[in-house]
Amino acid sequence: MARITAGLTTSHIPAVGAAIDLGKTGEPYWKPVFDGYEWTKAWAKRNVPDVVILVYNDHMSAFTPEVVPTFALGCGDEFPPADEGYGPRPVPVVEGHPELAAHLAEGLILDEFDLTLMYDLRVDHGLTVPLSLVYGQPERWPVRVIPLAVNVVQYPPPTAHRCYRLGQAIRRAVRAYDTDLTVHVWGTGGMSHQLQGPRAGFINTPYDKAFFDRLVSDPDGLAEVKHLELVREAGAEGIELVMWLIMRGALGAEVEELYRFYHVPGSNTAVGHLVLRAADS
Amino acid sequence: MTSYTAEFDDVPGTRVFTASRAKKGYELNQFCMSLMKPENRERFKADERAYLDATKMTEAQKRAVLDRDYNAMLDEGGQIYFLAKIFATDGQSYLQAVSTMTGMPVDEYQRMMLSGGRSPDGWRSVKDGN
Repeated sequence: MARITAGLTTSHIPAVGAAIDLGKTGEPYWKPVFDGYEWTKAWAKRNVPDVVILVYNDHMSAFTPEVVPTFALGCGDEFPPADEGYGPRPVPVVEGHPELAAHLAEGLILDEFDLTLMYDLRVDHGLTVPLSLVYGQPERWPVRVIPLAVNVVQYPPPTAHRCYRLGQAIRRAVRAYDTDLTVHVWGTGGMSHQLQGPRAGFINTPYDKAFFDRLVSDPDGLAEVKHLELVREAGAEGIELVMWLIMRGALGAEVEELYRFYHVPGSNTAVGHLVLRAADS
Repeated sequence: MTSYTAEFDDVPGTRVFTASRAKKGYELNQFCMSLMKPENRERFKADERAYLDATKMTEAQKRAVLDRDYNAMLDEGGQIYFLAKIFATDGQSYLQAVSTMTGMPVDEYQRMMLSGGRSPDGWRSVKDGN
């Protein structure tokens, strides 16, 4: 049986990827951000899962104005880094797990989550920056990755409640896989930020900190949060926080918080990061 | 009852990218996507007007791009992750481009971010003035 044993959330700021790729992580501006991930890097070395289901959003690197899938699951053998206009990030190709992905596609669609299935997918900073933050700069990523791309760009994105329920469905589907695999689920994006209009630069630290607490202790309540509240309190791009609910739903009712980190700013964004263990693992 | 989309108009200084804005901005955003190819970036930089005139964009969309007026591009149905292809072509970072929408010089914007970002106070609701 496959089991989800842990999960984490992290922002996926593009400038963080650039800082890693250009060797700037020790600079005064960036050092506090990267110091905040040292605990996780050490933990991740001791706890390498077979597969990471990585929830992220594409930033119009693989998707285009032509097609807007709400949930898209990466079912291919591998996912090359996308060229986002500066050339592809110098990171390893992301290796998939097509067998588990096919099982998830079947389980989730029969569980009434009508996913889009992606067999050819380039992955952008939304997926590769979290991998770099957790695993550094290896020759090859130590885990296989199943990307789950969520539309948080065109409104309406999926509701927080739908995301939470999708996470719960992922948990059921993983448990029904009859090969022994350890799986982690990552929810990325956030925390508060806004990249558009006169309100750009918006940061709401009290709201972010309460969001952490609610995600850990009251996910059922947090899943009721509406898009309007997220835009008001976490900024237009803070809507990405709905993706954290997918991770939380996948971990089961009870979790143990292992680590938390928060820092402002990372470029235009509040950097938020949380590591959770599933209580039944 | 206020519609889902209209409710967001109460958030100051914000234009969320709705399905109707996506329709309005379709050609603008497709132009942005064309800049994902290096050869197109070179053609655009060589003669911006000629490049834009070969698209189906409206004149208002073209004018907003030529002026690098990102707020006007949002009004014309642009979305920031599409528009990012324009400022990447210009060699600008998110922070540099985003600051232009706030009316603040980039160094002032950067200082605001370093001191904790824009406070939510006064930026939550037009109606409630909070």
